[in-house]
Amino acid sequence: MTAGMRLFNFAAPSRFYTLTGTLAPWLWVLTAALSVVGLYMGFFVAPVDATQGNAYRIIFIHVPAAWMSMVLYLAMAFWAAIGWAFRARMASMLARALAPTGAMFTFVALWTGALWGKPAWGAWWVWDARLTSELILLFLYLGYIALVEAIDDPRRADQAGALLSVVGAVNIPVIYFSVRWWNTLHQGATISMTAAPKMAATMLTAMLILTLAFWAYSFAVVFMRVRAIVIERERHTAWVADLVRAGKGAGA
Amino acid sequence: MNWNSPSEFFAMGGHGLYVWGSYGVTALLMLVEPWLAARRRRNALRDAASAEVWKEFD
Repeated sequence: MTAGMRLFNFAAPSRFYTLTGTLAPWLWVLTAALSVVGLYMGFFVAPVDATQGNAYRIIFIHVPAAWMSMVLYLAMAFWAAIGWAFRARMASMLARALAPTGAMFTFVALWTGALWGKPAWGAWWVWDARLTSELILLFLYLGYIALVEAIDDPRRADQAGALLSVVGAVNIPVIYFSVRWWNTLHQGATISMTAAPKMAATMLTAMLILTLAFWAYSFAVVFMRVRAIVIERERHTAWVADLVRAGKGAGA
Repeated sequence: MNWNSPSEFFAMGGHGLYVWGSYGVTALLMLVEPWLAARRRRNALRDAASAEVWKEFD
C-alpha cells in the first residue's frame, strides 16, 4: 500500500507534465480563435449602446476578467486544500500555478473597471462594496504568492498558502453578492439565471465568446506555469534527469 | 457595420482613450504572462540540466 502510494506520488507530476505539454498548444489555438471571433463580434457586430455610447464595449473584457478572477481563486483554494489534506504535491503545484493568472485577471477587472467608471460614473474609483472587495481579492492573491515564496520548505509553504487561500475564499461570495447586499454604485449582475438578459443578443454573444477565450487562455497559461513548477520541484528525480538528457538532443 | 472609417473606429465616439486603454493593457498582460511562464520553464530545465552535469562529477 505504502509502496503503491509512493509510486503514485512519484508518477503523477511526470504524467501531468506530459499531458499538459500535449494540451497547451491546442489551448493556445483555441484561445486565439475565440479571441478573434469575440473581438469581431464585440466591435463590428454588437451595436452602439443607446445610453453609454461606445465606452460600454469595455464590458466584453471587464465582465469575463472579473468572472475569471473569482473562478481562478476558487480553483486555487480548492487545489491548495486538496494538496494540504491529501498531501498531493501536484495539487499544491497547481494552486501555485493558478495564483499569478488569477492576480492578472483581478488587475484587469480593476483596470478596465476604472477606465469604464470614468466615462460612466465620472470617477475612476469609488470605495464601493464591489470595487473594494475586488481590490481585497487582488491583495489575497498577492499575499498568497508572497507567502508561498517566502517559506523555503516547499511543503510548509504549500500548507501556509492553503490556509491563507481557504480562509480568503470567504471574500468570493462577498464580491459576488456585494451588489445585492449593499447599495452600490456598481451595477447588478450582468447575467442572471432567473431573469431575461438585459443586453442585446449580439452583445451577450460577444461577451460569452470572450469568456470562453479567457477560460482557454487560463488553462493554457496555467498549464505552462505548472510545467515550470514541476521541473523546479522535481529536479532531483530520475524522470526529470531523463527528460533533461533526452532534451539535450531534441532542444527540450 | 458600426464604423464608416478607420478613424471613426479608433475614436470610439470620443471614448477611444477608455476603450483602447482597457483593451491595450489587457492584451499586453495576456502576451507577457505566457512569455514569462515559458521563460520560467526554460530556466527550470536549464537549472535541472546543470545539476545533472554536476552529478557526473560526484
